Amino acid sequence: MDTYIPAEYEVVRNPDLCIACRVCERQCANEVHSYDKDLGKMIADSGKCVNCHRCVCLCPTHALKIVKSDDTYRLNSNWSVQTMNEVYRQANSGGVLLSSMGNPNDYPVYFNKILVNASQVTNPPIDPLREPMETQVFLGKKDVEIKRDMEGKLVDTLPPQLKLKYPIMFSAMSYGSISYNAHESLARAAEELGIYYNTGEGGLHKDFYKYSKNTIVQVASGRFGVHEDYLSAAAAIEIKMGQGAKPGIGGHLPGMKISDDVSQTRMIPKGVDAISPAPHHDIYSIEDLRQLIYSLKEATAYTKPIIVKVAAVHNVAAIASGIARSGADIIAIDGFRGGTGAAPTRIRDNVGIPIELALAQVDERLRQEGIRDNVSVVVAGSIHSSADVVKAIALGADACYIGTAALLALGCHLCRSCHLGKCNWGIATQRADLVRRLNPDIGYKRLVNLVTAWGHEIQEMMGGMGINSIEALRGNRLMLRGVGLNESELRILGIHHAGESM
Amino acid sequence: MFVNDLNLKTAPLEGEVRIPSGCAVSAIIDRSGKRMTGESIIRSIATMHDRSNGLGGGFAGYGIYPDYKEYYAFHLFYNDFSAKKETEDFLIKHFEVVYSSEMKTRKIKSISNEPLIYRYFLYPLSKRLANSLLDEEQYVVRCVNKINAEINGAFVFSSGKNMGIFKGVGFPEDIGKFYLLDEEYAGYCWTSHGRYPTNTPGWWGGAHPFGLLDYSIVHNGEISSYDANRRYIEMFGYKCSLQTDTEVITYIIDYLLRVKKLTLQEVAKVISASFWSTIEEKSEEDRRQETFLRKAFPSLLVTGPFSIIFGFTGGLMALNDRLKLRSMVCAEKGDVAYVSSEECGIRVIEPDVEKIFAPAGGQPVIYTLKEGGED
Repeated sequence: MDTYIPAEYEVVRNPDLCIACRVCERQCANEVHSYDKDLGKMIADSGKCVNCHRCVCLCPTHALKIVKSDDTYRLNSNWSVQTMNEVYRQANSGGVLLSSMGNPNDYPVYFNKILVNASQVTNPPIDPLREPMETQVFLGKKDVEIKRDMEGKLVDTLPPQLKLKYPIMFSAMSYGSISYNAHESLARAAEELGIYYNTGEGGLHKDFYKYSKNTIVQVASGRFGVHEDYLSAAAAIEIKMGQGAKPGIGGHLPGMKISDDVSQTRMIPKGVDAISPAPHHDIYSIEDLRQLIYSLKEATAYTKPIIVKVAAVHNVAAIASGIARSGADIIAIDGFRGGTGAAPTRIRDNVGIPIELALAQVDERLRQEGIRDNVSVVVAGSIHSSADVVKAIALGADACYIGTAALLALGCHLCRSCHLGKCNWGIATQRADLVRRLNPDIGYKRLVNLVTAWGHEIQEMMGGMGINSIEALRGNRLMLRGVGLNESELRILGIHHAGESM
Repeated sequence: MFVNDLNLKTAPLEGEVRIPSGCAVSAIIDRSGKRMTGESIIRSIATMHDRSNGLGGGFAGYGIYPDYKEYYAFHLFYNDFSAKKETEDFLIKHFEVVYSSEMKTRKIKSISNEPLIYRYFLYPLSKRLANSLLDEEQYVVRCVNKINAEINGAFVFSSGKNMGIFKGVGFPEDIGKFYLLDEEYAGYCWTSHGRYPTNTPGWWGGAHPFGLLDYSIVHNGEISSYDANRRYIEMFGYKCSLQTDTEVITYIIDYLLRVKKLTLQEVAKVISASFWSTIEEKSEEDRRQETFLRKAFPSLLVTGPFSIIFGFTGGLMALNDRLKLRSMVCAEKGDVAYVSSEECGIRVIEPDVEKIFAPAGGQPVIYTLKEGGED
């Protein structure tokens, strides 16, 4: 701890309720709680608390709460507490500041400024409890020639597609950044839901090959864990060019998270930081990307769709257009709110653009160029709820990736300390005693619950609009209206303001 | 353009806003190719008077210009003579004009503010056509679009061969009489439309059927997939300037039939696709075909209520949305087949039908001329 920085949060214990059972002490990997024998009671060092709420949730007598400390510096509208603390921290360490999970700052959330339509009188809403309401979607290239066999029957000339029961997939989160049990939960949930999870750049653990038909494997700039079996096992292969939380830089997995298993899976030495380069050193331009796409297609005999994932940056529409002409089957765009297990704070908080705007521009550009059928578009970067999924699809997405929401389902409380490797919820850690806390039997069920619940909500909203297939919602921007958005924002999103008619 | 007293230029025109409508549709086809006047179709649509509100009615007749069947028949609305002059200058530059005249109409009390209405029989100038590097149909469509988009106060509302669209603002039965369909024209197939817009457009061009060369569509419904369909089909050079369901459905059918060379049955399985759960229960072969069509053309699935009658040279197709959210009845007697929003629209002209049925949602009903039937 930096002595210049007072505790941000305070552990408050109700002495009337505390029975000194010491559960909190055992649960806290940050060693906040301890039992004071002399005083005969539990005490807490709030300075170590990351506010992960593990102790609060597990306290059997509900004696604990964590509150924002009311300690304050001299009030200053220009220098916030956060900014001052960061200066202290860097003056102390001389290092780049690290953060985890998505950009938490007060930038606009456009999804919250978009409203959805519903049918009244002139066409009927459709009741998903009584009528079929289709959320199934296929991802992949649609632009095909119509060919017929000798009898005149249509021949299926489509390149390989991913079939999703819901327009939702689990984002790339590597084994290493998250735990074995977290991966198992995601893999089993994807299998049961009829969707896909994504290995991230950390390779595929040998135990999880059995879920491979619901697995998207990633090929990132570090090429960790990439080998022939890995590629052949997958349902699809994702080339990670960028990530919303840290556009323009590579990944960094601290050595302490590189256990035996992680080391084997990634095919790298144990205990040494795994740093993937900022660029792919074989891709310095779009034509190089095309070569990697076709290398991977050749390696897998053209049986798997290739996804190219990019961070949402200013020129994302033109970049997407280039990717759509490079043989990719799916483009994944990750907005600036997207999560991470570790990113330099300055990058996370200052680089990239909101996914809503990026998506709207990419979809529109691909249509203007007549190549929207070349690719499916998957978006990520803070999809908070089923309503965001509906809005994203109406803006033009084929499906959404969820990462943070999936981790929340597993118990994450967004303390944003993943990079410390001491996740009390057993998610973003490799410490065996912590990993054990996440029971995959429960974890996978909670993920299944979450996506199923969102599925029901998506169906309700679709039915309200009189739409009974998710395909008829895609790019259906007339179903959206902005509230409190300026002309530029409306133009970029390609939607009308609320109150304007059809 | 063609504003009538109702809106006094205050209400937005078709194409400036999206105007949903309720409607009535009906059609008759004599599969032997025998031609009938428009009298029956007028009686059919008139019976469903209450499904229209006087803000739009129209007809399409097939086989009505046998003497000029080699030529494109253009029907035009003009605001004024300057628009007519400008358009005719354009036509002369691009087509051989075989015959032109003002369209014969009858004064009807309830029809007011009619535009100037002219008809031309045309053939593309061969040199122009060759220089354009387009096929003949594309060339004609291009010219129609150019007139509609660029000549202020002119609108081509029918452009097929040996067929014609007749439409305007008013109740359909009055529009039919206005154009003398009951006396002047005889065709083997007629479709008709009565409109109930939930707004007050007074533009004659906005009435239905909507036509593209010999294709015509009458539609009752309000589709919920509109913008998804529009944004997709506009990738292929179509421009949905009228912002109507009918327009976008016409373009979708044109794209799938003419460009993608699908059959009518296949087109129906794209725009009114079976549910996945239904497809699962089909035969291996059907499952393969329908799955492919849904995977290849997901953005051309049309949802929300509709019943359409698609007219083309030699036949028609009636189709409902997949849930059948709009009524539509079909009937047959001998060579004659009928389609109507309500059964009364059929019984009034043929009380004694042999077979009458309500097609299921997404089930196309296709009637074509019999072998040897004239077109």
